[in-house]
This record gives sequence, structure tokens and C-alpha cells, in this order.
Amino acid sequence: MSNEKGKVVPARETNIKLDPEKKIDLREILDGLENYHTPRRPWHWRENRNVERKIGDFVYQETSEPLKNSVPLPGSRGFGYIDPQPDCVITTEIASGRFEDDIRRMRMAAWQGADHIMVIRTAGQSHIDSLLEGTTQGIGGIAVTRKQCRATRRALDLIEDEVGRPINFHSYVSGVAGPDIAVMFVEEGVSGVHQDPQYNVLYRNINMRRSFIDACESKKILAYGGMVQIDGAHNANATAMEAWKVMPELMVQHAINTRFSEKCGILAENIALSSVPPTAPPAPCMRLDLPYAVALRDFFRDYKIRAQQNTKYMESETREATVTHTLNMMISRLTSADIQSTITPDEGRNVPWHYFNVNAVNTARQALNGMDGLRTMVDINREGPLGDTVRELKERAILFMEEILEVGGYYDAVEKGFFVDSAEYPERNNDGIARELDGGIGVGAVYKRDEDYFAPVSAHFGYNNVPAEFDKPEDAIGGDTFSDPSKIQFIDELDESDNVNVRLDELSKYDEHPNLIRPEVEFRSDGVIVLTLLLPTDERRAEYAAIALGEKLGLKDCTVIHKQVMHPSEGTYIEMKGIVDFDIDLDTLVIPEKIETLSEKEIRADIHDKPMTIVAGTVGEDEHSVGLKEILDIKHGGIEGFGIKYHYLGTSVPIEKLVDAAIETNADAILSSTIISHNDIHYQNMKKLHDTCVEKGIRDEIILVGGGTQVTNEEAVKAGVDAGFGRGSHGIDVASFLVKKRREMENEG
Amino acid sequence: MAEKKSFEERRQHLAKMSDEDLFQYFWELTDKVVEPMVQEGRENTTPAVERSILLRMGFSSLEAAPIVNGVMERGLMGKGCGNIIWRLSKKLDMPYREVGVGLAEGKYWDEVAGLFAEVAQ
Repeated sequence: MSNEKGKVVPARETNIKLDPEKKIDLREILDGLENYHTPRRPWHWRENRNVERKIGDFVYQETSEPLKNSVPLPGSRGFGYIDPQPDCVITTEIASGRFEDDIRRMRMAAWQGADHIMVIRTAGQSHIDSLLEGTTQGIGGIAVTRKQCRATRRALDLIEDEVGRPINFHSYVSGVAGPDIAVMFVEEGVSGVHQDPQYNVLYRNINMRRSFIDACESKKILAYGGMVQIDGAHNANATAMEAWKVMPELMVQHAINTRFSEKCGILAENIALSSVPPTAPPAPCMRLDLPYAVALRDFFRDYKIRAQQNTKYMESETREATVTHTLNMMISRLTSADIQSTITPDEGRNVPWHYFNVNAVNTARQALNGMDGLRTMVDINREGPLGDTVRELKERAILFMEEILEVGGYYDAVEKGFFVDSAEYPERNNDGIARELDGGIGVGAVYKRDEDYFAPVSAHFGYNNVPAEFDKPEDAIGGDTFSDPSKIQFIDELDESDNVNVRLDELSKYDEHPNLIRPEVEFRSDGVIVLTLLLPTDERRAEYAAIALGEKLGLKDCTVIHKQVMHPSEGTYIEMKGIVDFDIDLDTLVIPEKIETLSEKEIRADIHDKPMTIVAGTVGEDEHSVGLKEILDIKHGGIEGFGIKYHYLGTSVPIEKLVDAAIETNADAILSSTIISHNDIHYQNMKKLHDTCVEKGIRDEIILVGGGTQVTNEEAVKAGVDAGFGRGSHGIDVASFLVKKRREMENEG
Repeated sequence: MAEKKSFEERRQHLAKMSDEDLFQYFWELTDKVVEPMVQEGRENTTPAVERSILLRMGFSSLEAAPIVNGVMERGLMGKGCGNIIWRLSKKLDMPYREVGVGLAEGKYWDEVAGLFAEVAQ
């Protein structure tokens, strides 16, 4: 146990190091965890924001320091693989139910640019009147415990070093054990929390007085930790029948938690409003949501904005959720956002999966990059309908606040059902959530402090009769856990059958045989795969046909997770998940060797000594030119950069013309490109190129290269050309091949 | 309730205010709404607040819960659970952690009542 002084192992002072080429070793993370300690971790904002930054060919206005390691957006291929990091912190919410699997997903998300990792609690935890211990599996979230927090923080300590940017670890301080959890979070290096007593009252039916008194202590502790606090007002948006009508109330809820938090000691700069654009298409959401966003930022100009995505109108289609998210981010860029949150686009159909976390983070990264500096060109026009609506929203919020005081205060207002009423205030539908002051969970557990009340600890809120002999209350006990982490009690697993060790042992096959892999979406090797289908029938029959198809393919537990009518009878689009119950043995695979390219220097020297000319064009009836130009053009790292001269004949070039041009210019090679691949037209064209060169008597002297997104080298060679280059090929790959092939031909000749 | 009046009727006193006036007024009202709850927080404690104090003193969650329950049963929450342990450790001349663990195990409670004069009366 760790309660002996001097046994605490500070963060990072262990032998574990992450290697990008290797999976994180969870047993290593768990080993010695009882002594591991991450010190207090105040919130981290991205660094060097608000400065112009040149990245690749562009100047950005809303970026931050780049990452050391990351996976750039797919589209970055056309821009030299740049990965501009937006100015705002990007959130991802991860909670599969097993924290050990979440750690691996967090590593993926960090490489995609997430630096705020939020762990959702399992539903029942709010009502547990204590800290939870151990690492039991959760449903719809995880059991947030000291062991789970410490292991996760330890992994994040390593992951943040790997990507080169601090990661904010975040969870929830709600329920009837808020102060307990707040203490544990400071001790375990948590940097951000949700804390809003109104959430307890309205959605968890926790007694009002209990909730606010607990919140005072929690907030004082969070303030000590330097954590950023996010409120819970957005839940009114998600709960109200007609979300677009609750905007005045949202402002009231934000204000109550904000000012209450400040009075408990949290700095304004660490208070963030959880703000959601209330509507979504097909509503004209920009026109409804933008004035609200402006009004909110006017009234809350001293605080931070955490821009959350609208989930109220989210269905099972991931594309639709992504468009809503993007529109929400347009509001972020037109107004402001300090933290850009993301909700996985699959949340409307299941507990989020690995790659949907990544997709959501990338939607944020892509949209924020794309709208970089938009405000330097586009202004919010306050003259006209936007300004009028902003004013009206503010007035309605003020009237709401006035009426709270008129009826006797917050508690009375809640008893009268003021909150989460679906009408636009001051109209009322009388369908709000009402709570009794003398009701709810934890009622009666409030005790008046006596005159000689004393709490011998730091970060305690309110009255404390500290004996005169002590400067600070914690001096009475020689310092508390906040100053002496060796006093923290670490409790390991309490449940013998449901804990991380048991779960890791069950899957130890994959540790012992790393050559075995099975697909997964949520948990290690869960076997879940998804089929996307277009079935030419109506919706109902399509669903059952899909399941029959999945079963015939040998999938277990087939479930349709999304269906969409393309036409009432012509077709239905289906996404269906199923489980495969076999592993793939990587050792049995025949994987073509990756061809090593010559160095740039070697290629240049070769071309310098012996110049090379090629002709190139997109053949057949194909107007695509981008891919080929990238292979050719010096600006995109193409072969021109190595000194190779090229004649580009354009698009839809007949094969004969290409061959004739090669003869005319005495070219060393022909580069032909086809993007269109239906009916194997790309390979047919390669065969025709080969045949034409044979007919014209030049095949032995010329190098033929086929390219295109769907091309593989093996198939291209079968079709008669010397090499094929598919998606992801670069100029250097082609130049290297040309030089090697020419040497080979010279040696043969 | 004022709900019967329309927005137009109710907003008349706000109509002439500048945006800055609205801002100031909004936050003045908010202050008035939240102050009573902050005051309650200053003057009261709860089982969760007391457990959080015991955690900071270096007790585990498994130890903190029975200590707080014991204090509630004896009507001593107003003194503070940390205070009870601290005073008892002085009285028994034992390390405070040992005292707290003992209380969690049901020991020393007989000594607790005498720690506070007015309770003894």
C-alpha cells in the first residue's frame, strides 16, 4: 500500500515508454499503480493561439502549436500532409464500459488531435452515496473510480508525451458524492469536470439543499485543482419537447451555475458554459441558433464557451449527425468557442465506437481548419433580425430571473416547475420539472455547523473554526492529501469476478499471440463488423433480408443499426452489424513486400548523370488529372523535382497519341493514368498501351507505368505494363521505380 | 403567477435600457438568486462534505463512510467529522489515522461524546 511516506512514484518516473509501432501495454500501466502519482493538473489551453502561423503553403489565423505526432486529415495529401491544430481545445467523449479499452481509444483520439478526453459515468453512479472503488464494467459509461482514474491518467501521461501536447482528462462531479469525487479528481490529476447542482435537482432528483451545499464544497475543491468547470444547462435543451423555445431558460441556468461557482471560488476564466445550438436541420437552424449564440456570448463575455454539438435531433444516420455538427461549428467560428466538443455520429444508435470518436474529432479538425479566419471576412450583422432577436432573448432571460425572485427564490421557482418548461418564456406550457424542497434523494442530510465546527483540511468551503495555533486548517494534521500524496489510500479491486485483471486474462490469448487479430469497435477483439448494403426492396423487407444475408455469411447477432429509404420500392440502404467469431493469423498472410525507394539524393544524381524524359496523360475517356499531376508536378513532390522532364498530354488522351508522343520525344517512359475503374477499364487500357508499344516496336526500350486510385501493382503487371501505382503513391515512388527499371534494362541490354 | 401577462406587457420596464444596462441588471438579479444558496453552503454540512474532508485527511472511501454514519447517529455532524478525529487523537494521544480507522471499525466511540462540553451536558 502507498500510505507509507516516500513511496509515491511521481508521474513519468517509471520505465514505461510508448513506441508508436507498438500497442500500449495495459498490464504495464496497472503495474505499481498503487504508488503512481500524477500531481495536480490544472486545465491546459492550447499554446500560442491568436498568432498568425505559416503551415505549408498557407497562413492561418486560428491555430495553436503543432503536434509532435499525429495522423493528418486524409485531404492533407494534396497539401504536403500538413496538420494545423485549431486554436480551441477539442473534446472527445469516451466510455465504452471498460476503461482498459478506452485507454487504447484515447491514444487513437489523441493522434487525431483530441486534447480533452471526457469519461462518461455509468448511469447509476450519481445515486451512490460514496466513492466507488475497483474497476467494474459499466453500461453506457464506466464506473469512475480512483483506480480507473489513476490508470487512465497514467496512460494519458504517456500519450501526451507521445503526441507532444498536454491532455485534459475530464469527468463528472454530480450525484450525492460530489465532494468525495472532487477530492479524488484533484488527487488523481483530473483537469476538467462537469459540475452543476441544477443538473442534480432537475435530472437526478437529488434534494435541492443537499445538492447546492455539496456543490459549494465541490466547487471550492475544483477551484483548488485549477480545473475547468462545464455546466449542465444544455440538458434543458435535450430534455425540452421543443428545444428551440427554451433559450431564455438556458441563459438563466447558465447564469445561476456561473455566478454560484464564482462565489464558491472558481475563477471566471475556468468557468465554461456548455452551450448547444438548440436546433438542427431541416429547421432553419442557423437563423434560429446564431442569435442565441450571440446573446449568450454578450451576457457571458467574462466566461469560456464550451461549444457542444446538438444531439436532440440526432437519429441513426451518421452522415446527418456530421452535417449538424459542421453547422454547429460554423456558429463556433462566427462567434467563438474555447472548447469545441464533439459527439460521436453513431451516438443515435449505439454506445460510441472507436472510429466514430475519431470521425467526430476529425469533423471538428476539418471544419475548424476550413473556417480558419472566417471572421476576418464575414461579420455578424446586428442591424436587423439578428440584433432584434438577441435583444429579445436577453429581455426574456431577465424577466425569467425577475420572476424567480418574485416567487421567493430559486427553491420556490423549482417547486413551481419553472424549469424545462417547453414554452418560450414568459409563456408557459406547465410541463416543467418540479421538485419539492423536502423531497428527493438525500433529503434531510443537511446539518448546521456549530460554532466549534472544524475541518482540518485545505480547500474547505464556508465556516471553519480553525484553532488559533494553526496558520492553515490542514496544519492540524500535518498536511492533507493535497500537499502530501503519500497519505492517499489506494483501494484495489473489490469485485473478484468483475475487474480489469479478470477481463485482461480472458483475452490473454491476444497478448500471448500478437499475430492473432479480430476486428473490434468497442472492446478488444469484440468481433463486430458492419456491412453496408443497398437492397432493392422496401424498408421492412430489406431489414429482414439483410439479417438473412448476414446469417448466411456466418455472422452472429446480426442487427440492423441504420436503414434509410432510397425509394419506397426501388431500394433501401442498410447498415448492419454482426459478429465474426474467428481470428486472422497475421503470420499466415502473404503480404507483398513494400518496395523500398531510392533516396532523393540518389535519384537526383542518377537523373543528373543521365537525363530522363517521359510522356504522361490520363487515358481513355477520363477527365481526371489531379493524381497524375501530383506525381509529375515539382510543387507536389512529383518526379519533376528530381530532374525528370515530362510532356503532359492532358486528359482523355487516346493510347496511340501517347505512344506516338513517346516515339517523337524519344521518351524513356510512358505514365498513363485512369481513375475510372468500372468494367476494369483501367487494366484494359494498360493492356492496350502494352500492345500498342509492341505493335510499334518500342516495347523493349520503353518503361510503361499505369496509375490511378484503384490500381494495384500486381494487377497492372499482369495487364502488361511494368508497374502500377495506386492510391497513396508519391512522386518519389515513381521516380525511384523509373531509375531502378532503367538500370535493370541497361544491365540486360 | 405573472405568466398571464404577455412578453410585450412585461418588458416595458426594460425597453429603454441600453444593452450594457441589461447586462448589469441581469447579473444583479443573478447575484440575488444565488446568494441564499451560497449562504446555506457556508453554514451547513452534509455527509458528502464530511466524507470529502476525511478523504483529504487520508482515509479511504471504505473508512470514511462508517465514520460519517457514526457521527450522524450520535448527532455530532455540527462539530465536523475531521474535528472529532483530530480531538480524539489528542485525547487518546494516538496518531489521527489510527484513531479514524478505529472509529471505522467501531472502536473509541464511547470517548467521542465527552469531546464536546455542551453535548456532555
